Amino acid sequence: MAVKKQINTAETEARIDTLTLPQAGWSAASRADAQARLRAMGMPGRRDEYWKFTRPDALVQATAATAEVVNNDEAPLMDGQPCLRAVFVDGVFDADASDDLALEGVEISRLADTSADIHWAQSLHGTLETAGQTPVARPLAALVTAYATDGLLIRVTGNPSKPVNVIYNRTSDNADVMLHHVIKLEQGASLTLLESGPAAARLGTVMEVDVADTAAFHHVRTQGRDHQRVAATHVFARLGTESTFKSFTLTANGKLTRNECVLELTGDDAVAHVAGACVGDGDFHHDDTVFVTHDAVNCESRQVFKKVLRNGATGVFQGKILVKAGAQKTDGYQISQSLLLDGDSQFLAKPELEIYADDVACSHGSTSGAIDEEALFYLRSRGVPEEAATNLLTLAFLAEAVQEIENEDLRADIETRMSGWLERHRS
Amino acid sequence: MLKINNLHVQLEEEDKQILKGVNLEVEPGKVHAIMGPNGSGKSTLSYVLAGRPGYEVTEGTAHLGDVDLLDIEPEERAAAGLFLAFQYPVEIPGVGNMTFLRTAVNAQRKARGEEEMSAAEFLKVIREKAKTLKIDADMLKRPVNVGFSGGEKKRNEILQMAMLEPKMCILDETDSGLDVDAMKLVSEGVNALRDEGRGFLVITHYQRLLDHIKPDVVHIMADGRIIKTGGPELALEVENNGYADILSEVV
Ligand SMILES: Nc1ncnc2c1ncn2[C@@H]1O[C@H](COP(=O)(O)OP(=O)(O)OP(=O)(O)O)[C@@H](O)[C@H]1O
Ligand SMILES: [Mg+2]
Repeated sequence: MAVKKQINTAETEARIDTLTLPQAGWSAASRADAQARLRAMGMPGRRDEYWKFTRPDALVQATAATAEVVNNDEAPLMDGQPCLRAVFVDGVFDADASDDLALEGVEISRLADTSADIHWAQSLHGTLETAGQTPVARPLAALVTAYATDGLLIRVTGNPSKPVNVIYNRTSDNADVMLHHVIKLEQGASLTLLESGPAAARLGTVMEVDVADTAAFHHVRTQGRDHQRVAATHVFARLGTESTFKSFTLTANGKLTRNECVLELTGDDAVAHVAGACVGDGDFHHDDTVFVTHDAVNCESRQVFKKVLRNGATGVFQGKILVKAGAQKTDGYQISQSLLLDGDSQFLAKPELEIYADDVACSHGSTSGAIDEEALFYLRSRGVPEEAATNLLTLAFLAEAVQEIENEDLRADIETRMSGWLERHRS
Repeated sequence: MLKINNLHVQLEEEDKQILKGVNLEVEPGKVHAIMGPNGSGKSTLSYVLAGRPGYEVTEGTAHLGDVDLLDIEPEERAAAGLFLAFQYPVEIPGVGNMTFLRTAVNAQRKARGEEEMSAAEFLKVIREKAKTLKIDADMLKRPVNVGFSGGEKKRNEILQMAMLEPKMCILDETDSGLDVDAMKLVSEGVNALRDEGRGFLVITHYQRLLDHIKPDVVHIMADGRIIKTGGPELALEVENNGYADILSEVV
């Protein structure tokens, strides 16, 4: 990094002081490295360029603020449909509530289970996170690598018949949770991973996904709808030749959400799509920070982020496409848009392209706007009441992001959740 | 049926008077046509009746039956039986044509305290009506008016009208952008809806549409007023001589 940065040593040590490095068998070395990385970077501060639009205080402070458990009626994704359910309660895997972690074509174990030597995980744990620290530091990810107490280790060797469905639940108003999922898809393998539910008062996650040649990874998640919770999530993925990575996130509510997604396309003809829809009301701050690196030929990447904001909610998008020298025929697309349902809300966007190859097609766009009055009147003139018409237009606005979900049932599920949010938030 | 009395309208944004005392009554079962030079206020009249924001009624009244149109929201006017086929139909990306229409049909039914149309029944009816207007299944699935040609948009307006079965239909230049065959299709669509209980107000610049949709009464609008009213022969006069003679008569 060009600018010598002031390291927030005091904050970093204060945070670390409340934690103990897990006695972690095979991951011990990797965790110690992460701790050293974190110390060298320091916790994010308000003066960090990468945190210009989002105040990290609630994520950094030594103890998590209380966030009331909200008992809502929200069902997990694909509720009642065939999946392998893995349930975490207050950040701890709950074997009784979960299915037997056995599925053809997949090996699943727990990060917390240190008895076995899991060689594949050992060689992957922390590596994608480490790679993702350049050129921009992500100290909160290193924190998770060092201190996460649980998570899933998933090695996919085949094409499992059903998704792995990670369900988060919480019972404590103060659960301060760090989870680390490590996922390896072997050549030609495929996996759909779902995540849903309220995880913690404060949640930090890292998900490292190594997608080997011709493998395919699909990820759909809905984040906790509890109002006061804060979360910093990180997805790090590396894509091999002709591989596919698709990730979609729905965020409704939550006081503070920072979703970082760091993708590296390292094999030719790889495809990476990352999308997000968020709907926020009032005390809601949602930040999507994406970094896509093209380091191979003829790859495609898409970033589609849509945010509906009202009553003073804030949306942030920082998205970058870096095309390295030699990454010819890159097709990079990035769109971030906000729909501001009133004048109090705001959307802050920093879209970036950095291109070192000459034969590429990259486009990016960012817009912020209100409901289209002409369209609203047209709908009303046909008899659709104003609220219903506004909802219809709002869902239409979100549609481009939701379209990124390949599975039709999941898409419908997400749409139902979004309509539910709109219905509930009538003023 | 539709009764407009001394309607004065100005723009909300600027102090500009557009309608300067419009008087008009359309009886059930009748077709009235309005012709008039560009900018005379024809679309403004139709928008004000439909309840588009941005206009201020400074004087006068408009009723549909006993319903005071100016007192209620656009969706309530629709439920009361008013329909406007837009001069410029609006594109709505992300909202499927079919979803849009079903939402509209059922919203109106609900507002009138009627039972909603089932998905199956709706599908059956819309397919039938779309077919007569030569609107293919693909157009029904696409987002509302997005990527439709000018003529397709106009046919889509008529399809909406046919599905909603309004009492009072206002057609604002539905003929513009239509080729000869489409004009016939659209006219047939309109004529199929003509019945004793339904009124039409057809805004057009051309006699050709009126060859197909025979009007009972023709009005000429100029500078925010109806300046002349007559039978179908008035439209022929305009077609042959333009507005100059009529305008000079009035002054
Ligand atoms: N929103 C607006 N802002 C400014 N001027 C307006 C607006 N709406 C209408 N006008 C003006 O009011 C007058 C009447 O317009 P209107 O569209 O009603 O005419 P029209 O008779 O339908 O014309 P045409 O035959 O061209 O469709 C025009 O001078 C137009 O420019
Ligand atoms: Mg007009």
